[in-house]
Amino acid sequence: MREIKVQEITRNIKEMCIEANHFLSKDMADAMANAAASEESPLGRQILSQLQDNLKIAGEDMIPICQDTGMAVVFLEVGQDVHFEGGLLVDAVNEGIRQGYTEGYLRKSVVRDPLIRENTKDNTPGVIHFSIVEGSRVRIKVAPKGFGSENMSRIFMLKPAEGIEGVKEAVLTAVRDAGPNACPPMVIGVGIGGTFEKCALMAKEALTREVGRHSEIPYVKELEEELLARINGLGIGPGGLGGRTTALAVNINTYPTHIAGLPVGVNICCHVNRHVVRVI
Amino acid sequence: MKKYITVPIGKEVSRTLKAGDYVYITGTIYTARDAAHKRMKETLDRGENLPLNWEGQVIYYMGPSPARAGRPIGSAGPTTASRMDKYTPELLDMGLGAMIGKGKRSPQVIEAIIRNRAVYFAAVGGAGALLSKCITKSEVLAYEDLGAEAIRRLEVENFPAIVVIDSEGNNLYETAAQEYAGK
Ligand code: SF4
Repeated sequence: MREIKVQEITRNIKEMCIEANHFLSKDMADAMANAAASEESPLGRQILSQLQDNLKIAGEDMIPICQDTGMAVVFLEVGQDVHFEGGLLVDAVNEGIRQGYTEGYLRKSVVRDPLIRENTKDNTPGVIHFSIVEGSRVRIKVAPKGFGSENMSRIFMLKPAEGIEGVKEAVLTAVRDAGPNACPPMVIGVGIGGTFEKCALMAKEALTREVGRHSEIPYVKELEEELLARINGLGIGPGGLGGRTTALAVNINTYPTHIAGLPVGVNICCHVNRHVVRVI
Repeated sequence: MKKYITVPIGKEVSRTLKAGDYVYITGTIYTARDAAHKRMKETLDRGENLPLNWEGQVIYYMGPSPARAGRPIGSAGPTTASRMDKYTPELLDMGLGAMIGKGKRSPQVIEAIIRNRAVYFAAVGGAGALLSKCITKSEVLAYEDLGAEAIRRLEVENFPAIVVIDSEGNNLYETAAQEYAGK
């Protein structure tokens, strides 16, 4: 049994919220730099080069990459030999978000009730996903999510007979409809299988997979590559103003499902695809 | 084409702007997003006056992150314009000159743009740090209680934007994507 003080979780989450909003992870930064070098459209190239400057300014002057610093999504994989002390884990996570967003000059974008819509003024609560794994470590992933792209995300409850072609059509439809609203170049997270909520959660988690790393299942890897090529053939381009770079990656996760169903979740993210991971 | 304009903007200037023009904007603009639009609509429905006269003015759909000490504003890029579509035709009919945002507009908004010889610009979404450098001054004008959603008066210098929908209704989002589709 390993004891971990929840204050340590708070401190890490606070730092990770600030880090995620000012520095892109290396995989994303590399993908953006490659896109800026290879885009064919002159206006598209200009936009991608502005986004390169934007990343530089964000890191050097500590100005968030985007003013929508997101709703904080936190994945916590907790080893089952860990015991937390010093308070409730969920409170510690939210305290980390509170400190990160207030002390880090991040925007507070969360309303307490979806219809009454009063701002909580500290960006809490986050959306927290716990899972229990083996061992005595805690893996924390913080992924602040902007809503320009979140609003364009979709769930399709396909029929099994629609098969892989139905899945492709669903992803392309979501991306086409998102267009300029989702701040392209986008990253597309897809969850296939499971249940209604499972496919959405897989799609969300797929966004946090390193850009450039493919699924280990051969046919899924092929599907990722085919979809990326077809999405980049849509012509939407950087900022939606035309070009070849509409998406940087399509990441797909799969799970067993029911004989009667084929759920597909498509979570769309912009080029500010923030994810920071720490293991403690 | 590259153009430099000053705002507020008159119809004689909007008319010369064409979808696809790359424009640098200097002058005074105002922020307003979801909550401010809703409140303006409620004010109008009660028959009261808005906090400012929109004639020839420019709305920037934007809610900034907080400013660090010594800076006028935090990160300050555009938000999705379509969420304001429901309110926009009425403001255009009251003389609103231009809007800066990102993303598609509804057919009703496009009609109102044509009817009023207005213009819709896109700024680059997700470039909030860069765009903040073009803002030299920021002060809350109204609805302070809305926090990041308050109406702010901004002074901007060479703020980069692209004409997406011009006063004739030409729409760059449609024409530009077609040009690169299927390549
Ligand atoms: S979609 Fe992403 S880049 Fe665009 S405004 Fe929202 S967080 Fe920023």
